[in-house]
Amino acid sequence: MISIVWLQSGGCGGCTQSLLCAEPRPLFAELRDAGIEFVWHPALSVESGSEALAVLEACASGERHFDILCVEGAMLRGPGGSGKFHLMSGDGRPLTAWVDRLARRARWVFAIGSCSAFGGFSAATPGNPLEASGLQYEGDEAGGLLGDQFRSAAGLPVVNIAGCPVHPGWVVDTLEKVALEGLALEDLDEFRRPLLYAEELVHHGCPRNEYYEFKASALKTSDLGCLMENLGCKGTQAHADCNLRPWNGSGSCLRGGYACISCTEPGFEAPGHPFQETPKLAGIPIGLPTDMPKAWFVALAALSKSATPKRVRDNAVEDHPVIRPAVRKTGLK
Amino acid sequence: MRITLGPFNRVEGDLEVHLDLDSAGEVQDARVNSPLFRGFENILIGRAPADALAIVPRICGICSVAQSAAAASALADAMGLTPAPNGVLARNLIQATENLADHLTHFYLFFMPDFARAAYAERSWYPAMADRFAAVKGSAAEEVLPARANFLKMMGFLAGKWPHSLALQPGGSTRAMSAAERIRILALLRDFRAFLEGRLLGDRLEAVSALPSEDALAAWAAGRPGDFPAFLAAAADLGLETLGQGSGCFMSYGAYGLFPAGTWCAGTEASPLDPGRISEDTCHAWLADGDALHPTRGETLVDAEKPDAYTWCKAPRYGGTALEVGALARQLVGAQPLLRDLVLRHGGSVTARVTARMIELATILPAMESWVRELAPGEPFCTHGPQTDEAEGAGLVEAARGSLGHWIAIRRGRIARYQIVAPTTWNFSPRDREGRPGPLEQALVGLPAGEGAPPLVQHVVRSFDPCMVCTVH
Repeated sequence: MISIVWLQSGGCGGCTQSLLCAEPRPLFAELRDAGIEFVWHPALSVESGSEALAVLEACASGERHFDILCVEGAMLRGPGGSGKFHLMSGDGRPLTAWVDRLARRARWVFAIGSCSAFGGFSAATPGNPLEASGLQYEGDEAGGLLGDQFRSAAGLPVVNIAGCPVHPGWVVDTLEKVALEGLALEDLDEFRRPLLYAEELVHHGCPRNEYYEFKASALKTSDLGCLMENLGCKGTQAHADCNLRPWNGSGSCLRGGYACISCTEPGFEAPGHPFQETPKLAGIPIGLPTDMPKAWFVALAALSKSATPKRVRDNAVEDHPVIRPAVRKTGLK
Repeated sequence: MRITLGPFNRVEGDLEVHLDLDSAGEVQDARVNSPLFRGFENILIGRAPADALAIVPRICGICSVAQSAAAASALADAMGLTPAPNGVLARNLIQATENLADHLTHFYLFFMPDFARAAYAERSWYPAMADRFAAVKGSAAEEVLPARANFLKMMGFLAGKWPHSLALQPGGSTRAMSAAERIRILALLRDFRAFLEGRLLGDRLEAVSALPSEDALAAWAAGRPGDFPAFLAAAADLGLETLGQGSGCFMSYGAYGLFPAGTWCAGTEASPLDPGRISEDTCHAWLADGDALHPTRGETLVDAEKPDAYTWCKAPRYGGTALEVGALARQLVGAQPLLRDLVLRHGGSVTARVTARMIELATILPAMESWVRELAPGEPFCTHGPQTDEAEGAGLVEAARGSLGHWIAIRRGRIARYQIVAPTTWNFSPRDREGRPGPLEQALVGLPAGEGAPPLVQHVVRSFDPCMVCTVH
């Protein structure tokens, strides 16, 4: 069995809530049958108070074996390096101290969500008075609580399952990959996110693809058009498979009618512009699609705008289609 | 003797409880600590007003859309915007989905596993309860996770995803439902109804919500298969209908047009809500001290070394009174007959709080079915208005756990002040400057605790369904 110790700190608990939506099988049964078990999880385990502290102490001291430390929420090192913004209940030591001790016993350390990966919203107060960081990053700078040199017993840096929240599948897949055949550095991208989900862009499979092709842009929230030009969408730059692997059965941010705010990327919480507005220079969005030369993007955008069918142009600024695709006798068999 | 309970898990977030025990081992005094501070109110200052819609859901992973709804309402209030009728229905559906999913999560994953504790091994009901509700391994977990995940597919249609959606906007929702989707979400509601009726309640929702009194509830539950009837049998054996009485006064901001806003204290008539009477006191929090302030003037300034402080949580009061909020409060303010009867006989208790959530499941799901029927595909789901550069607004909504208020002040087009009073801020409030304890601090007094005591403190604390990440935010 692969065993997990799970801790929560400067976050909202939403990654656990999301994880509980795992499909197609119920989470507990799926993990059990894949050979994965929880030693302790703050939202799920029966042990409370001193019983829970005893379990954690046994793991931190090396007396009790465990494999994976999963941490949800940012590391709050303040005020003044004291860690007092989050002391372990019933114990009084900073959560950061517990994470540090447990990380040095773990074979793998997983940051669950963008808070524990990069700092997230806890690091978003101007001046960062919480002294919040991720486990091994502070924004996009390596370091964080454990330091750039940290390697878990299996020889890996912290695995950053970034997202706000995580998709349940990202966590389950990564856990099951470890149980099946282990995890290597080649399985991670430059920010140490599992390629299992981070080798795609949110743009891939976007249901607004036709509007994107023709640069038929939404002007206001609830419009059907592409959200990149005006409403802040970063799906062409954000690494995740959100539109290939739906959320809650059939959803995603784009399917929900609102912008991708690139929640899997370090620093997404403070983009320097309003989330639902696209920053532009001379009328051109600053954040162009990853891998796309700017001149080509501008030229293609101008061409495709001039070629936009009326149906696409009109539907782009409505909240439901007002023109249906034409039905023609095509002769196709 | 003082004992400290923590980490108090199977609540959302972090909780620590300090208990002073007398020589008989009973609680004389309780102090509740919310040990995590993140400071969302400060994160919001200086941002564009609409950024609140992206930021506040991240306060809480379990009341995420309730936070969205409060921000959207506060912004609509500031903008003077009236949401589209379809948008109101969509918002109701999104909020109700979270609310009911939370009630389910609380009952099965957070609350009931305590009945599978070995301390109860001698009770006649223990073997069946342990088999069904043991944490992670019980048979109920295997059924409830798919029921919950399938119900939350409502969010896939209506809100893109859960938690942390940006679908709720001041003018309604970003996501119009098509005629086909309207049919498909009705099917999801039917699936959830089947779980509630088949496994949780053991009867038609309409039969449960119509139960008029404690006696009728007892007669209905006797020998009935179902997880809620099983709870009632164990609760009666343990006397939970008398345990865990809070302040005896309750508040609701009103929800869905189904449940009214107001306050109610046992033995009186309900009173209309006057939000001007709300204040927050920082006396026992690690926050800069000062007068108790209305949230339109509130501050959140850290003072980590403050003597006599024991929590990061402020103490909200209504005209100086510590109020209990939540499903029970909503139903008492709304004069729901069964819950009024339970509370008038025994006071607000563990049994009453759990029963209130069941009554809400039975009452709100049929309302959701009718909201879906009222959706008009093709009509707008969102209205729009100009941003305001100078304005103030309040958004008062009901989360699963009770009354949630957001107060925003916009200056020069940016957020100048943002104050949040969350449900568990009320329920797990510390003492105020007059020394008046919060509702949980009152509810724990007199309970047996410490070495060898039955886990009654665990039941009482979890009966409030605390959300600690919201409490301090």
